[in-house]
Amino acid sequence: MGLEILAVDDSRTMRDMIRLALEPAGFTVHTADDGIHGTEVLAKTAPDVIITDINMPRMDGFGFIDAVRDQSAYKTTPILVLTTEAAPELKMRARSAGATGWIVKPFDPAKLVKALQMVAG
Amino acid sequence: MAPTDPMAEIRASFFVECEELLEAMQDGLQLMDDGEDDSETIHIVFRAVHSIKGGAGAFGLEALVRFAHKYETVLDGVRSGRLNVDSELLKLFFRASDHLSDLVRACRDDTDIPTAQGEHLAGELDACIAAEPSLAEPEPEIDFNPVGLKLDFDFGPDLSEETTSEGVKTYLITFTPDNEMYENGNDAYPVLHALSELGDCKVTCNTSKLPSFDQLVPETSYLSWSIELSTAVDEAEINSTFEFVEGLCSFSVTDSDGETPEPVSIPSLEPLPPLDKAPTAPPEPISASAQPAQKPEEQRAPVAAKSVVRVDLDRIERLVNLVGELVINQAMLAQSLLSAGLSPHSDAMNGLEEFQRLTRDIQDSVMMIRAQPVKSLFQRMSRIVRESSAAVGKNVRLHTDGETTEVDKTVIERLADPLTHMIRNAVDHGLESTADRVAAGKPEEGVVRLSAAHRSGRVIIEVADDGAGIDRARVFKIACEKGLVAADAALSDTEIDNLLFLPGFSTASTVSDLSGRGVGMDVVRTAIQALGGRISIASNEGSGTTFTISLPLTLAVLDGMVVEVAGETLVLPLNMVAETMTLTETSLETLQPGLNIVRVRDGFVPLFDLGHLLGYRDRKDTYVDSVALLISHEDGRAGALIVDEIQDQRQVVIKGLDDTYYRAPGIAAATILGDGQIALILDPSDIVAQASDLSRPAPAPMKMEA
Repeated sequence: MGLEILAVDDSRTMRDMIRLALEPAGFTVHTADDGIHGTEVLAKTAPDVIITDINMPRMDGFGFIDAVRDQSAYKTTPILVLTTEAAPELKMRARSAGATGWIVKPFDPAKLVKALQMVAG
Repeated sequence: MAPTDPMAEIRASFFVECEELLEAMQDGLQLMDDGEDDSETIHIVFRAVHSIKGGAGAFGLEALVRFAHKYETVLDGVRSGRLNVDSELLKLFFRASDHLSDLVRACRDDTDIPTAQGEHLAGELDACIAAEPSLAEPEPEIDFNPVGLKLDFDFGPDLSEETTSEGVKTYLITFTPDNEMYENGNDAYPVLHALSELGDCKVTCNTSKLPSFDQLVPETSYLSWSIELSTAVDEAEINSTFEFVEGLCSFSVTDSDGETPEPVSIPSLEPLPPLDKAPTAPPEPISASAQPAQKPEEQRAPVAAKSVVRVDLDRIERLVNLVGELVINQAMLAQSLLSAGLSPHSDAMNGLEEFQRLTRDIQDSVMMIRAQPVKSLFQRMSRIVRESSAAVGKNVRLHTDGETTEVDKTVIERLADPLTHMIRNAVDHGLESTADRVAAGKPEEGVVRLSAAHRSGRVIIEVADDGAGIDRARVFKIACEKGLVAADAALSDTEIDNLLFLPGFSTASTVSDLSGRGVGMDVVRTAIQALGGRISIASNEGSGTTFTISLPLTLAVLDGMVVEVAGETLVLPLNMVAETMTLTETSLETLQPGLNIVRVRDGFVPLFDLGHLLGYRDRKDTYVDSVALLISHEDGRAGALIVDEIQDQRQVVIKGLDDTYYRAPGIAAATILGDGQIALILDPSDIVAQASDLSRPAPAPMKMEA
């Protein structure tokens, strides 16, 4: 419990929903609007788990995961990808980019919480 | 604040976001239509539709999701270069965007979803998908099932506690992570922990591959586990535990069917916790991080991220009102300081001046909060052009200018209807039929221009077409037939043009589908007037008609000139007053009793006595030595108003007159002055127009200027 989460999504609605799903479960949620903003927020916080969208302006999810994994401090931080498609090729692409797992949008809050607790150990 | 349902709040904010996304989408399409060949543009459009779909799914808005998905699929085809954009496809995109906007609004307002149109469009989009088979593949529709959010949904974890022995099976699970598994943030412990939550779990760690410490490579996976799990959940559920690590490890799940072979030959490592920090996890920096993913899409043109706070409009309204009160109060204070006989150079007066400046700054800033670019309004108009040109079978292009011009939010909202009507008129009546255009040697495609600009403290919005111009002979004939003017009236071109604004005037010989809806230009004019604005026409035969709307920047304050007429204090908008003068014997001419003109430099301007016009007193015998205000119009006409005294120039807060009062011609609103006195705010244009009618010899009972 008490995990710190960084959620990166360009959709305000999605950020709000993640917040709504996680805060009651005792998580601390930081949010960012896109990949670039995400790396900026990352520099100021130390999230236990990162959630990121794929389709974003400026820097997309794949670029963001790359940027996170390039930092030694976050080499093994779990990263979950939010995706609207359950297509296996997208999952594989996310994984090869360094993502730990994925959540299919629209997510079920309980499942999200469970997935977070699981990857955070 | 009353506690609100967080979901309802997010839902509301989702629809606000949708509006922004729809705007971005429209912008992108417009750029593409203008020939912009930037790959980022299609990405923006795609992302907008994608985000709408994502949010809509979360709220279970199925119709919206389904259509957005189709649209998105086709956009994705363009984005990935599998589909080529031509003007046909772009037109389809525009219509799809319009429909998407409709769907969003229908979902927001919980109104009926326009199905017929949607099915037709969906069919067209389907046809695009079908034409490019590769599009159908990567995203089969079943992949995306909208699931409404259920916050109370409970999943799995508690099953283990409560399961009865009934249905409990024992599974044997083996789990051997590959090296790669640890590279992307996965670990063995979470998997084991998740398994332990499914039921009774006996975990055994196989350390046989673990080398001696000096040979240990931290990034290598040496450990494997066998798990004996007694649980009521089925095999699929167990497999789902491995979802994230599937392909990154070898694992097997076998139903032992009650047979529980003791794990042999391996030193047991129970209980679980020590596994947490098993030496397998390689946190050390290693040079080869996860192999680079496919190159992230090329560097995009940075989009300036707007940092935005959303505020309830009521709060701003309150702030605007308070600032209004502050202005009044400050004026009162100034007045009482003056009447207390303080020297203008005293500290108090200097301080007051500073106070005045600050008040003005605050006022400007508050007004800025309410200001919005007219862009959203213009975007709606581009849709009107598309729809109306399709309805009358004309080829029309909308050019917009000055989209970033900021106007008070209320003004923007209330401009939508009149502007819609004007645009429809321009497409329907203003522009000629394609055949006529070709015959006249014009390009087939008609152009409607919509522009906004700030000019001398007002907002000027123009709607111009490059059509045939107003057919004045016809307009005059119709006006005569309808008894609006006398058949023998001699009217100037401008006067004929202004006949269009008369109630009950409609030139459409056949009532077309489009503009003949019983709403005439008089309604447009009334709407503009209600906003404190004016509308005028300029038409050139053969080359088009331009409607010009002039609006005050804000509805709340006004730079006014305070004057006194027959003991009454009145306020005139300062920007309408071109100059002030004292009349002399030589500058005055009398044309006929009651009709005076005044010489202003090289020309003559009709002179009107404000006190008489407003019914405060009779005409004066002579106007020599009287003070006159020269009123100028946008269209260049002018009039001079006689007042008794000019008192002051100051900002006044506009207080609307209640609807229960008779709307007296020439009176725009009221204000409260510094001494607490109420003063009427005049509309000089209207006064001059009214007075011109009165003084006209007779035949044309019409207003010349709105």
